[in-house]
Amino acid sequence: MDDERVRGRLAALFLGGCVAFGYPVLAAFNVTGTVFGLPVLYVYVFGAWMALIALVAAIVRRRD
Amino acid sequence: MLHGWVIVVASAAYLGLLFAVAWYADRRADAGRSVIASPWVYALSLGVYATSWTFYGSVGRAAETGIGFLPVYLGPTLVAVLWVVVVGRMRRIAHAHRITSIADFIGARYGKSASLAALVTVIAVVGLVPYISLQLKAVSTSFTLLTAYPDIVMPRDARAGGVLGDTALYVALLLAAFAILFGARHLDAAERHEGMVAAIALESVVKLAAFIAVGVFVAYGLFDGLADIAARAAADPRTRELLAPVEGPGGSYAGFAWLTVLSMAAILFLPRQFQVAVVENVDERHLRAASWLFPLYLLAINVFVLPIALGGLLHFPSGTVDADTFVLALPMAERQQALALAVFIGGLSAATGMVIVETVALSTMVTNDIAVPLALRFGRLRDGGATASTLLAIRRGAIIVIVLLGYAYFRFAGEAYALVAMGLISFAAVAQFAPAMLGGLYWRHGTRAGAATGLCAGFAVWLYTLLLPSFARSGWLPAGFVEHGPFGIAALKPYALFGVGGLDTITHAMMWSMLANVGCYVAVSLAGRPDAATRAQARRFVDEQDVAASPARPALPLAALEALLARFLGAVRAREAMRAPAAGLLEHAEAQLAGAIGSASARVMVGSVVKDEALGRDEVMSLLDETSQAIAYGRALEQKSAELEAATRELTAANERLKELDAMKDDFVSTVSHELRTPLTSIRAFAEILADQPELAPEKRARFIAIILKETERLARLINQILDLAKIESGRAEWHVEALDLAQVVSDALASGGALAAERGVRIEAQPVAGPVVVRADPDRLMQVLLNLVGNAVKFSPAGTGQVTVRVGVRDGLARVEVTDNGPGIAPDHHALIFEKFRQVGDTLTDRPQGTGLGLPIARRIVRQLGGDLGVTSRPGAGATFWFTLPLDAREAEAGDTRAKEEAWPSAS
Repeated sequence: MDDERVRGRLAALFLGGCVAFGYPVLAAFNVTGTVFGLPVLYVYVFGAWMALIALVAAIVRRRD
Repeated sequence: MLHGWVIVVASAAYLGLLFAVAWYADRRADAGRSVIASPWVYALSLGVYATSWTFYGSVGRAAETGIGFLPVYLGPTLVAVLWVVVVGRMRRIAHAHRITSIADFIGARYGKSASLAALVTVIAVVGLVPYISLQLKAVSTSFTLLTAYPDIVMPRDARAGGVLGDTALYVALLLAAFAILFGARHLDAAERHEGMVAAIALESVVKLAAFIAVGVFVAYGLFDGLADIAARAAADPRTRELLAPVEGPGGSYAGFAWLTVLSMAAILFLPRQFQVAVVENVDERHLRAASWLFPLYLLAINVFVLPIALGGLLHFPSGTVDADTFVLALPMAERQQALALAVFIGGLSAATGMVIVETVALSTMVTNDIAVPLALRFGRLRDGGATASTLLAIRRGAIIVIVLLGYAYFRFAGEAYALVAMGLISFAAVAQFAPAMLGGLYWRHGTRAGAATGLCAGFAVWLYTLLLPSFARSGWLPAGFVEHGPFGIAALKPYALFGVGGLDTITHAMMWSMLANVGCYVAVSLAGRPDAATRAQARRFVDEQDVAASPARPALPLAALEALLARFLGAVRAREAMRAPAAGLLEHAEAQLAGAIGSASARVMVGSVVKDEALGRDEVMSLLDETSQAIAYGRALEQKSAELEAATRELTAANERLKELDAMKDDFVSTVSHELRTPLTSIRAFAEILADQPELAPEKRARFIAIILKETERLARLINQILDLAKIESGRAEWHVEALDLAQVVSDALASGGALAAERGVRIEAQPVAGPVVVRADPDRLMQVLLNLVGNAVKFSPAGTGQVTVRVGVRDGLARVEVTDNGPGIAPDHHALIFEKFRQVGDTLTDRPQGTGLGLPIARRIVRQLGGDLGVTSRPGAGATFWFTLPLDAREAEAGDTRAKEEAWPSAS
């Protein structure tokens, strides 16, 4: 099993997640306004959350 | 109308179902057919993270801060990304060393320290009491709220009715009973509770379903979809701020970040999370699936939090309904009786799951890391007796005490706080474990003193900045303690330490406690040096090395050891444990025992049996660790030197061989130069005569020139053959192997050798077989061999009466060629010599050498290269037969006519 590569990808994804849910990225979406009728910030946070989950699944499931 | 008894019966039925599930799972586990051996069950059991704090409190926090409720779930999501890496390592270590709690983990890491484990236990118990009390508060509040159905009456103060009239007390006792039933029915060395895990997984499903049901009801029943809620919230001044709230009333980016960090620590180090994620994990592969399933669960349970919060704020007049109860109050306000009951059951699920697992985990810690060491100190456990049942009683007592502590906190301090604030206080306490834990996993130089100082410092700051102020708010301490600092010292105000204010309480407390904790841990660790036991554990934890079993010790008191194990594990398991190989028996026994009573206590107990009069157990341990380390190094050195010796031997052998080859080469070179010198000498002699005597008669001159020419040819032939041989021997010769008919090659060779035979008056006769004899060979090389053999036969046959016979055939599955002459024959002594280089038999004094002495060696080489052999049969005076064989072409050998050819073999010998 190619442990090192999986670990590297997960670590990068973790850091990416920290950036996505931290300042200043969060501040960029912290505005009044709506997307599909929903507040921008919530659409962004839940969208990024979903994307993160999908990426983790893609990484860990590849070798199942 | 929802009567109190309906709720009670529904709750009882639900808890009964849970217990049935747990009982069934335990039965299946005993039968070896686990129901929890699934990544889904594992991921759902991690959902115990979502307590009633999530179920009711998230909405409350969202109503206050908008997105501020989310970091508590984003932190675990981020940690889940690294689940395989971090939890995978914790799991491997914990399972290898039978670690059953977070206190045990930290204690074991720093040299199996009992005091450190006890410290962690104290912090965990003190830190988690508010958290447990918040579950009690949630259940009791929701129960009181629901009994007033359909009116929504905020329960003002549960304490009004006195202790015996307080629902929370009964809830607490019920939960304690459940925790005992699920987690402390019997002692288990691995501390696994499959039934409990199955029940927790079911509870995760129930609370998720209930919460989503409310969410869908609010979004699509009460309002016209999510966008409708958003639009109406944006239009309402009370809720507008919540839609883009950071740095608004909802909090700061720093607060957001600290909450994320806090919840990262919580998901890893909360005792109940450690229990389900590490201790109860049955298969490491489940970690992979959990790393995306668990965040998905968190996402699902959070999607409707904000819609419900906004819906509640829009629906109820401000200030009439506590936002913490929106989840229940909204269905009630709409007269959704069944949904309201389902919500209550969902909240009950969230609370019971948390309390059961948390108290089971904490009671394990209290028993193994406080009660047993104390009992050991006072000599209660050494004297035998019903130890297993004593342990079980201690554990059950611990569960009841912990739950009652939670109740006491609820009773005295709980009303001052919203659910989330209470939960965060506990999170901040648990976060104090992070430096010692993560440092212990990834940093080799952490010391016991460093870990202890860091934990103490962090815990002290936590007490001062979070717990004491919560007491002050509840009236236990004067309110001035918070507002003006103790004794009016402003620099010591617990919410603005050293004048650093303007932060929310959690951010403030986390900043100072982490600074103290990490600072002390690192500084004290670096100032000192880990002792031998800690270093040994660092090798096991940080490098994940299985440190070699300690070297042979004096004979173990096996009977005493087995008796000790039997007291805690039962006779059957003890006997099993004693079957471990003798070298690691002590470690094995200790690990087994550690499962039941914690690693520090196990060490002392085993130490009490394996006593060394001269040295204390500690000294022996550290000595052994040093010794085993030295021995490991010694072993490595020994191995290296053995390897070196082997290499030296190989080198010597190679050197011998080289010397031999060198001698052979010298031999060869001197022979070759001798052979070359002979023709050269004669060429030079005749050339000199020709040069010195120009008046030489023309016919003499012509004869000499003819000799020179002949000798030159011989020389050229010799050199060609030497080169040829060298090429074949070195393996650089090119071989063009193809399938060819041996009979055909023989007749070709006879045609070209015929001239020489005719010249000497020798008759050549071929006896070919019928049909082709196909072999795989290089045609030119084969021709070379045949010409050499035929040429020799002709040369050694008597002139005039010579008779050479060449036979071709198949014998024993090999193609065979024989060349027979009627010459003088070769003495048996010389049969081997003629194949040596430059050896020509016969009387060299009388006979002029007739060849180069390389023909036969080359021919034999060629035949052997082609997979056959070449030899001679001869008697002096009776001629000689040189033969060679070649393997038949595989395809040809399969053909049916081989037999016919074998029969056709002429009976020559």
